[in-house]
Amino acid sequence: MSSSLTDLPVRGGNITAATLPDAERKGLTKKEIAADHPTWCPGCGDFSVLALYFKLIEKRKLWHEKVTTIAGIGCSSRFPYFVQAHGAHYIHGRALPFASGISLSRPDLHVFVFGGDGDAFSIGGNHFNHTARKNIKMTYVVMDNWVYGLTKKQTSPTSPIGFKSKTDITGAMDQPINPMKQAISAGATFVARTTHTNPNHVLQMMEAAMDHDGFSFVECLSECVEFYEGAFDASNPRKGGVFNSVPADHDVTDEIAAYKLAGEPFPGHFGIFYKNNRPTKNANEQKIIAAAREKVTGLKDWQILQKNFDRLK
Amino acid sequence: MTAPSAGGAPKVSKVSEAIIRIAGNSQDGIQAIGGFLARLAGRSEQEVMTFMTIPATISGGPSIFQVRIGSGEVLSSGDDADVLLAFYQHSYEDHITSVKKGGIVLYDSDHVEPKAEWQKEYHHIGVPISGLTVEAIGGTAKDKGKNIYALGLVAKMFDLNIPKLEKLIGERFTGKDTSILNNALAAFHAGYSHSLGNVIETFKFVESQKKTGHQVVMNGNEALGYGLIAAGVRFGAGYPITPWSDIMELLRRELPKYGGTFVQCEDEIASISMAIGGGYAGRVSVTGSSGPGISLKTEALGWAVMAEIPLIIVDIQRGGPSTGMPTNVEQSDLNIACFGGHGDSPRVVIAPANVEDCFYTAIEAVNIARKYSVPVIIVSDQAIATRIEAFEEPNMEKVCQDISPDLTPVADHKPYDLAVADGVTRHVAPGTRIMNGIYPIATGLEHDEFGHPSGSPKMHMQMTAKRRKKLQALAATYPTPAIYGPSEGNVLLVGWGSTQGPIKEAVDRARAAGDSVSSIHIKHINPLPNGLENIFAGFNHVLVVEMNDEGLYGYGQLAGLLRARYGDPKIRGINKCDGLTFKVKDIVEKAQATVSAGLRKM
Repeated sequence: MSSSLTDLPVRGGNITAATLPDAERKGLTKKEIAADHPTWCPGCGDFSVLALYFKLIEKRKLWHEKVTTIAGIGCSSRFPYFVQAHGAHYIHGRALPFASGISLSRPDLHVFVFGGDGDAFSIGGNHFNHTARKNIKMTYVVMDNWVYGLTKKQTSPTSPIGFKSKTDITGAMDQPINPMKQAISAGATFVARTTHTNPNHVLQMMEAAMDHDGFSFVECLSECVEFYEGAFDASNPRKGGVFNSVPADHDVTDEIAAYKLAGEPFPGHFGIFYKNNRPTKNANEQKIIAAAREKVTGLKDWQILQKNFDRLK
Repeated sequence: MTAPSAGGAPKVSKVSEAIIRIAGNSQDGIQAIGGFLARLAGRSEQEVMTFMTIPATISGGPSIFQVRIGSGEVLSSGDDADVLLAFYQHSYEDHITSVKKGGIVLYDSDHVEPKAEWQKEYHHIGVPISGLTVEAIGGTAKDKGKNIYALGLVAKMFDLNIPKLEKLIGERFTGKDTSILNNALAAFHAGYSHSLGNVIETFKFVESQKKTGHQVVMNGNEALGYGLIAAGVRFGAGYPITPWSDIMELLRRELPKYGGTFVQCEDEIASISMAIGGGYAGRVSVTGSSGPGISLKTEALGWAVMAEIPLIIVDIQRGGPSTGMPTNVEQSDLNIACFGGHGDSPRVVIAPANVEDCFYTAIEAVNIARKYSVPVIIVSDQAIATRIEAFEEPNMEKVCQDISPDLTPVADHKPYDLAVADGVTRHVAPGTRIMNGIYPIATGLEHDEFGHPSGSPKMHMQMTAKRRKKLQALAATYPTPAIYGPSEGNVLLVGWGSTQGPIKEAVDRARAAGDSVSSIHIKHINPLPNGLENIFAGFNHVLVVEMNDEGLYGYGQLAGLLRARYGDPKIRGINKCDGLTFKVKDIVEKAQATVSAGLRKM
């Protein structure tokens, strides 16, 4: 019988003599996790997200083969090439459904998706909504820089009104998308906000996101030094700004309170805005599978199909 | 079937086949009558093929279901009907011309007013079907059940096996309120008991020559869906669109029994992306669509080609372009299947020829996708999708495959190894430990052997060649198509997909009339099998029969591909795009017109 999506899908299962049981394996070092040298511009905020992802893998003792790093298209989406693990660099805007295919068919893997604001909120906007509402288990970190960097300074869906770009020479005029509000209203079950200038906070958010059983979304402000320098200074104490944590008395299960928090003017707050424990699609599908398999207990796959064909005679 | 003789005592004639066309409205359950007849034929070791049209409206509208049952080989659903069962005036008037001269018109006299001029040419039998159904069932059923009443009439006319039909009716209405089954049986028996009068003979099928084990009866979409399950596919994603939706509904219903699942996505792009994600994760996955949905998938398809990820895409073709003719048949997606998308993106395209072939094509497609790490497009069409055929039951234990991911650790891995001469590399799924610590990236960027970006002109040429070479290696494994008829002659008809049956029958008919005609059927469309040029060399004319437009230059899509490959001007097209399947006489007549010197060898 072929393995169920519930099972760890090992066939043959011949672990070679060279491999050790996970408990006896040493954790990976940064050197073992790093692959290509990033192609980002010096000073890009994405460097710190990558460094903290390495730290997460080290700290949580994740294995190369268990991590899948997925991205769409954009500066930030070059991410998988810099990580020494299984990964995929998919097409623009569609990283979430691609990652959903992995998550739903392979419960044994950690699925991390990295991308930018164009991927998440423009070309892939609808996928963001549907992955959130389906609550498919994965962690999605959006490195939001408020500008299209890879294509060299066009307006992004998160560019603030008045931002001058090559496609809005007199200043952006369209209402920008608020990622926090978008995620909360789409039904994301974990919604957090962080910024690349506060590394400890980034790691803390990524860990909390990874531990969440469901679709966990982290917006990480990540400055584009080339095309939108100083965009986030107001949130950076080193540049005279303020880093406000989510108030201690904020109830993360209160959707309305989270929405209000998301509506505060920049720099707003950082931390977990919203979290609930709605069942994942992964779990719901497993329930359907378990119920269906109960009715065919003891039958081999070909015998199940045979029963169908017997009814078609 | 021979025409009945008028007058005289009722008699029973032996027939070897019959074509029955049932015409009514889509909500009358005429598909159910056809389904019962097809299933009965399957259980009686007869061959059967059906053809249906359904309106594109949400509810109602004229619809037909044609059933051809034969004790011998049945290759098509037939040109002209022996019997027309007409429920309404429009059914009668629209379809009388599809009845053979001297054939039988069985009509509901509560709704149909027969025309005097047609009464001379066809045997008319009027039965107040609606009224008698109400009478038989009683209560407030109105005329619901008149389809089953009419089935009783047909059963009487063809002396069908009543216990078998009763059993089929019982199975159909099983689990429902017993009064529904009782009403159905009451209607059936009332129809069966109704006197057809003594002006007409009844018929009895001669015993079938087929004695091959058990037959199963299903439509092409069912065969394709079950074929994917037999092949071991356990994950897929799709978006509803006619006529593909049946397959996604089937997989959604069935896969959980096998530990799998099928996801309904927000759109076509998400669907193919999710399926590619499943394939990347080590489970060969399926997505599918029809018409416009296939267009939407092409960018992601290009990624799967570039990243070399196994994938199955099912395209149930319908009339296009755009929304086109959603419930009609056309073979106009061959170009998008072979070439759709930007860049050089070689992918595999296979077209099943009939319902049985849908089942086995699904298995073949999955095995090609896995072995060659390539997307495979199964191009079916609305005609095969909805037509019912009986075929020999597959040996399930033998055909069912286990293709669970193999996560055995490997020493090292180059996902895009250029040292392999035929370009065929294996996809290693996440979860697989690579002992040298160097992990692959699956990517749509042009890349080096490990999947890391490369802008090198040489690398792009080498990788493009790799992706091409593996399809050339695949082509070398394909059998050369078998020739139906002599291997030398005047005319070779070339077909693909659902036209196989009518083309073979056209060959039979033309040869019976003394014409020199043979045919081949091309199942593997991209890449093409080797050796076609040797077949073409044996004929003066190569006519490619396709349900698509003749194009700007006078030939259809497969003909264009064959011309591009062989540069041979004797390859020409026989095309039509009226949304209906080819009739045998269409093919014979068009071939005669195309080859002006006649079909006989000069």
